[in-house]
Amino acid sequence: MPASKKSLLKKHETTSSLLPVADTIANFEIRYVQFLNAQAKIVNELPDFANDNDCLLELYRVMKTLQMFDHKVLLLHRMGKIGTYTGTLGQEAVGAGTASCLRNEDVFVPYYRSATDLYVRGVKLHEILLYWGGDERGSNFDDPRLKHDLPIPISIGTQLLHAAGVATAIKLRKQKDRAVLTMTGDGGTSEGDFYEAINIAGAWNLPMVIVINNNQWALSESNTAQTACQTLAQKAIAGGIEGIQVDGNDVIAVKATTQTALEKARNGGGPTLIEAVTYRLCAHTTIDNMDSYVDKQKYNSAAEQEPLIRLKKLLQTRELLDDSKERELELAIKQEIESEVEQFLQTPPPAPGDMFDYLYASLPERVAAQRDEVIQRENPDADIS
Amino acid sequence: MLTLVESVNMALDHELDQDPEVVLLGQDIGKSGGVFRATAGLFAKHGKDRVLDTPLAESSIVGVSVGMASQGMRPVAEIQFMGFIFPAFNQIVTAVARMRNRTRGRITLPMVIRMPYGGGIHAPEHHSESTEALLAHIPGLKVVIPSNPGRAYGLLLAAIRDPDPVIFLEPKRVYRTEKQDIDNDGEAYPLESCFIDREGSDITLISWGAMMRETLQAATQMESEGVSCEVIDLVTISPIDVSTILESVEKTGRCVIIQEAPRAGGIASEIAAELSEKALLSLLAPIGRVTGYDTVMPYYRAEHRYMPNTQRIVDEIRKTMEFQ
Ligand SMILES: Cc1ncc(C[n+]2csc(CCOP(=O)(O)OP(=O)(O)O)c2C)c(N)n1
Ligand SMILES: [Mg+2]
Repeated sequence: MPASKKSLLKKHETTSSLLPVADTIANFEIRYVQFLNAQAKIVNELPDFANDNDCLLELYRVMKTLQMFDHKVLLLHRMGKIGTYTGTLGQEAVGAGTASCLRNEDVFVPYYRSATDLYVRGVKLHEILLYWGGDERGSNFDDPRLKHDLPIPISIGTQLLHAAGVATAIKLRKQKDRAVLTMTGDGGTSEGDFYEAINIAGAWNLPMVIVINNNQWALSESNTAQTACQTLAQKAIAGGIEGIQVDGNDVIAVKATTQTALEKARNGGGPTLIEAVTYRLCAHTTIDNMDSYVDKQKYNSAAEQEPLIRLKKLLQTRELLDDSKERELELAIKQEIESEVEQFLQTPPPAPGDMFDYLYASLPERVAAQRDEVIQRENPDADIS
Repeated sequence: MLTLVESVNMALDHELDQDPEVVLLGQDIGKSGGVFRATAGLFAKHGKDRVLDTPLAESSIVGVSVGMASQGMRPVAEIQFMGFIFPAFNQIVTAVARMRNRTRGRITLPMVIRMPYGGGIHAPEHHSESTEALLAHIPGLKVVIPSNPGRAYGLLLAAIRDPDPVIFLEPKRVYRTEKQDIDNDGEAYPLESCFIDREGSDITLISWGAMMRETLQAATQMESEGVSCEVIDLVTISPIDVSTILESVEKTGRCVIIQEAPRAGGIASEIAAELSEKALLSLLAPIGRVTGYDTVMPYYRAEHRYMPNTQRIVDEIRKTMEFQ
């Protein structure tokens, strides 16, 4: 469903309606993209990739993986094996649809709720678990193809400017055919860095795409608490860049829009802000209880519109998926998750000196002495040379 | 013969010539050459892809530098005045200082953030403060302050070539007060060690930035009273070169630290604490501090009352020498 709030401007007479204006000097509009609605009805001519059955099956597999992963992490949390995790339940189409458009040479700049994207990009689930399990090594991605991708930042909004910087590097080096994809939550669009990022992206015509994962909540605050804007996509107008809203539960729409925007960026056409409208079906984090602020009825109706149901229906219509194939898929995913969880649980804690070892290229004398102290306290016989 | 700000310009020019990954960015640094002219002529010589005028947004300047550096470029960002670093503070603390650590060495940030700082130029509010201790408190950064033209050149070269982020604070009061002969030889100075500017045997004076002038003047004056002062230019306020300081104070037995910044929680306090831990038995007198006061930096009609001057330093040296 398109997300457009009532405009505050309509409540009162506007200043311009009370004045004899000379002219209208600019007009703006926000378009909404959808192919597969919540009833799995095809409402627009499908893009080419949506006629590629393998492509749709792979998107479904990814979304199913993250859906099952979410449940697994909650269990791990209840068993005391992992701390805070920011789930992706209900928002899998935003991640799968966006990241599947990236090429190796592109750069992905995540936010903390980008687990689906990270997974598609090639980050292993055990690395994601390691990160949320309190271990920095989770951001030292194993896959060498990801060497340019940035790690998860926790300070909201900061990543958007980093993405602008990566895009600046690409532009200054005159690298054609490369673009940057970055993400933020809906609450993140209230941050100064968000506005600064769309501003500089526009001013410098940077090859980047910013995706807003509008999951309706910023922790416990609804969109109404964040902004008077009718849409978040329209914030792009302030930066002079293109803004577009897409059904974030329609993976086909997310992918088609992201692909088009990335292609535009690669071809020198500049930045795009994509607002993907979805719903957070999990609590903010594993340690959050959403009962106090979520309306149960609204939640239930959002749950009926979640992204896997409609894609599954489409796959069934095309006879690509039936109950036995679904079970087969679930089994394979379960095995992958179990083995990744095992690898996470088996990872020994970092060495005692580890928290000092990546501070600078070479450790200053003073800090080296502190490192030695930590090592020796843990192991009095250690050779600290 | 070059002034400090001219030597900054020469170092920037040198690195732009040497390394295609070096890019300057900041407000008004392009055609205009910066409010203090630190980048004068560089836009004309190196072009719009090497010297970038940014939007008026400090978080952008630093955040974009992070992104560029993460891809192997060497951005040198200018913040127009240190008093305007605060919109970028979040980026400095949460990204600049920790990217290497956050990625366990996978991504490093070879970047410099330069800015003029300090009082004494009769400027409006926020144009005169010395908040270097706020930056020095953040692990993962190096904070470097040159005190004269030659050092500005050699240290800035080192900062730009350093594999890690360096905050480079330029004492604007002495931007043009002193000229030195400097070869444009690309010779960098080490960032790890302080400089002993004057050897002496009775007392160690430690300072940095613009206050080095008054500190050296005080040393000269005390010399005529028969007090031999060893004068150390700290240069890198984080991480501090403790061993050089320690060696000097163990020799002299007395120490006065001079800083323009407010007293509480400053770099002088940190040095004094290190010395009291490591050199207690060598000390013949309490460690003295001459500092700005713990108040808001006054507007310029009263800034002379706030700034430490030669007399205050001389007084503190006498007090320390007379201690029984
Ligand atoms: C700068 C900053 N302020 C506050 C927080 C604490 N915080 C973490 S998540 C969150 C809500 C963010 O909501 P949104 O941007 O919509 O993203 P979502 O979590 O819904 O994906 C808050 C307030 C933070 N991480 N960073
Ligand atoms: Mg949200």
